Amino acid sequence: MSREYEIVIGLEVHAQLATESKIFCNCSTQFGAEPNQHTCPICLGLPGTLPVLNKKVVDYAIMAGLALNCTINGYSKFDRKNYFYPDLPKAYQISQNDFPICSDGFIEIDTEEGVKRIGINRIHMEEDAGKLVHEGSIDQATASLVDYNRTGIPLIEIVSEPDIRTPAEARAYLTQLKQILEYIGVSDCNMEEGSLRCDANVSIRPLGQKEFGTKTELKNMNSFRAVERALEYEVERQKKVLEEGGEVIQETRTWDDSLNKTISMRSKEEAADYRYFPDPDLPPLQVDKEWVERILASLPELPREKQERFVREYALPEYDAGVLTDSRPLADYFEACVAEYSDAKAVSNWIMGDFLRLLREENLEIEEVKMAPANLARMLQLMDKGVISSKIAKTVFEEMFKTGKDPEKIVEEKGLVQISDASQLEEIVLKVIEANPSAVEDVKNGKDRAIGFLVGQVMKETRGKANPGMVNQILKDKINSL
Amino acid sequence: MDLCDLSIHELKAQLEKEEITVEEVLDSFLQRIDAVEDKVKAYVTVTGTEARERIRAELEGSLAGIPLAVKDNISTEGIRTTCSSKMLENYIPPYNATVVDKLNEAGAVLLGKTNLDEFAMGGSSESSYFHETRNPWNLEYVPGGSSGGSAAAVAAGEAAAALGTDTGGSIRQPAAFCGLVGLKPTYGTVSRYGLMAYAGSMDQIGPITRDVEDAALLLNVISGYDPKDSTSVKREELDYTAFLQEDLAGMKVALPREYLDLVSNPEIKESVLAAFKKMEAEGAKVEEVSLPHLKYAAAVYYILATGEASSNMACYDGVRYGFRSKEAANVAEMFGNTRSEGFGEEVKRRILFGTYVLSANSYEAYYVKAQKVRTLLIKEFEDIFKNYDLIITPTTGDTAFKVGTVTEPLESYKMDTFTVPVNLTGIPAISLPCGFSSKNLPIGIQIMGPQFGDGKIIQAAYSLEKILKLGNKRPELEVAQ
Repeated sequence: MSREYEIVIGLEVHAQLATESKIFCNCSTQFGAEPNQHTCPICLGLPGTLPVLNKKVVDYAIMAGLALNCTINGYSKFDRKNYFYPDLPKAYQISQNDFPICSDGFIEIDTEEGVKRIGINRIHMEEDAGKLVHEGSIDQATASLVDYNRTGIPLIEIVSEPDIRTPAEARAYLTQLKQILEYIGVSDCNMEEGSLRCDANVSIRPLGQKEFGTKTELKNMNSFRAVERALEYEVERQKKVLEEGGEVIQETRTWDDSLNKTISMRSKEEAADYRYFPDPDLPPLQVDKEWVERILASLPELPREKQERFVREYALPEYDAGVLTDSRPLADYFEACVAEYSDAKAVSNWIMGDFLRLLREENLEIEEVKMAPANLARMLQLMDKGVISSKIAKTVFEEMFKTGKDPEKIVEEKGLVQISDASQLEEIVLKVIEANPSAVEDVKNGKDRAIGFLVGQVMKETRGKANPGMVNQILKDKINSL
Repeated sequence: MDLCDLSIHELKAQLEKEEITVEEVLDSFLQRIDAVEDKVKAYVTVTGTEARERIRAELEGSLAGIPLAVKDNISTEGIRTTCSSKMLENYIPPYNATVVDKLNEAGAVLLGKTNLDEFAMGGSSESSYFHETRNPWNLEYVPGGSSGGSAAAVAAGEAAAALGTDTGGSIRQPAAFCGLVGLKPTYGTVSRYGLMAYAGSMDQIGPITRDVEDAALLLNVISGYDPKDSTSVKREELDYTAFLQEDLAGMKVALPREYLDLVSNPEIKESVLAAFKKMEAEGAKVEEVSLPHLKYAAAVYYILATGEASSNMACYDGVRYGFRSKEAANVAEMFGNTRSEGFGEEVKRRILFGTYVLSANSYEAYYVKAQKVRTLLIKEFEDIFKNYDLIITPTTGDTAFKVGTVTEPLESYKMDTFTVPVNLTGIPAISLPCGFSSKNLPIGIQIMGPQFGDGKIIQAAYSLEKILKLGNKRPELEVAQ
């Protein structure tokens, strides 16, 4: 008989910080350079070189800590994590072990039961390692090449409390975390380029049991979806082990995306002893109140705050506010439009609808959109003045989006001005009434839907340029007077 | 006496008066190297050609035209830097250590890179992969270590002065064994950038010179805040030559009795006590004090230093530079074989020891405990310096020993008790000649000062040097003509 289990998940997220130079030297952090172009004696770990901490890294770590509701520790220090690997030039990684820069924070996520708080145990700073390129497949390669461009790129590791209870919550946590880090601009969180990486610890326990079950650590998940799927798989695997009377073994397992399963990598006994000790080359880091306050002052509005403000200030539905604040550039775009056109809901409808659709279709970032926010505002004004119909507006919008041209210019060039001349419209309406006697009869019999059909016919005749409000009125007047 | 037997300040004076030329000076040193290097073996690499090339330009600065040697664990751009290890036998660094840049800016002429115990781990220079360096005072004896090559070169007239490095006594002990002045500055005074780390929390570069004045001159050049070294200290730059004053009046000197108890050679005790008498005659006040934790110093030092060393030596894995074993079927084997074949026995011993003390199961019992005792020692020294200007001790418990006679690691580690407290506490100390044993081997006396009391110890050493009047005694090497 199957028992009820509670799932316990904790996540460790590594985020590359978007500083221009590396954490302990002046080398560039730019992605995509020729192999080993961005290296120097320091990040290559040549004998005798010493690390010097990039203050910007500390700024960003503090900013992340503040955005994630952490305590910023006045005293923190750097330690060496020792292990041999060809991509690690010094054969130790400079990290923070027992005194991290930030601790005790939280993230709020939306769940079916409402808002849930996931604790953040700590955030610490460390350096990234390089990258191995194997000649051929990894098990058959005759040689491996090392690219040290990534060596020394600053990372923060964000360690959650074991507060996550479902794989879906894990995904929501990651989505929210990514959104916050992007908002404050400390990381571009690009999972494909490896600037955001996630490991997960997961265990299960019989419902009501206080002690945690034995956990496994999952690695090699390259998307949020993969994290969710790996956790789902692992939870089921652990349940099966327990139900068959077995014991979960503490181990590290790797997610195989193509096989859709986790595979054992190494057991606890085989786990490395990293021999952490304080790095003698870096004095302890002292962060005073002024430093924290300076960063706090530069901290931008966070997604949840922005969402609440959008509801309050623009009287938008929660849903709209959520969509519009999904990313900072989108929220900024929206606000730039609203600055020029006060009907926020109308702006919201266009952005949530055609704008996001075209963005997706054209595979663009918001920063790449040619259409100026003011032009969307002016298009809406053209609609208000009756110059164009909402239908025409769709055409104008698409043209603006693709070319960046002014709406007036598009209307003029394409002859899209709305027909608001009553006599001209009457002529067309009469023609339509004549051609559709049964629909006219339906209208007379109170079938309101039929009037829509007739309006549509007028639109067809005018290639969408007729003023729909006027057409509606004229149609009703004419039919009533028949 | 040849030009190569003169001190820096003597050479400077003659050069400034244009009594001699830079070429003559360099020739004298290179001739001496030719004549005695076969026996002394102070150098790993002699850079005579580069030196001749360098003096073709007009040299300016406080060390203009002065031929110096640099220990071979200090990075020199374009000149191989080996740490006296097979691991780095052919390693040519692409950058200069900060001190090397500073020597160059001061106009000094590099004569070569001096031999050391492999990766500065040792006190005799016998563990060099290349060769043993001999003590110019008696070629059957070791010059000390790890900066034995630097000390031997200066003692033999193969360099006017040299840079050494001192993690546990590696400047002071060879200076004492070779009848020279060796200064270990306050931790953070001299940039470590380019010093190939043995134990970064204690490593410090310093001068090995013929006299105290030269030590002050060299310290002026190499000291100063360096933004490339986060442990270097930002403070007002001092002119250390301003401390070259003969004045011991009112100086309060502490003599820790535990040090005297450790001395194995009575001649050393005699010599040091005689020096104290002379200091008292000049108005210094000497009192015995106690350093109860001294007995743990060597143990604490070897735990902390080897812990750091095990991590610092990890970069020598054969991947990027230096020696790589040809026998390897995979990466793990490449690491293992490279390190097995590339490191000498003493380095391996310390890596293993250090790896052990940092391991999860022993970290608390060893490393953390040792850090606590280190803190106690710092406190103990601070307490003494509340009441005393200086602490003076013998530099070593015995004079230099014969090559090949100290084979037990523990025996050699214990000898370091005299010098390691200075590194553990970060304070400055200088060793200067105090006399000679009946075997005509030099005896050193060590003057320690409080943190940043480098000027103070220079003043005391300068004064003591004047009253001891040992003169310009030089070793008599049979020079092949």
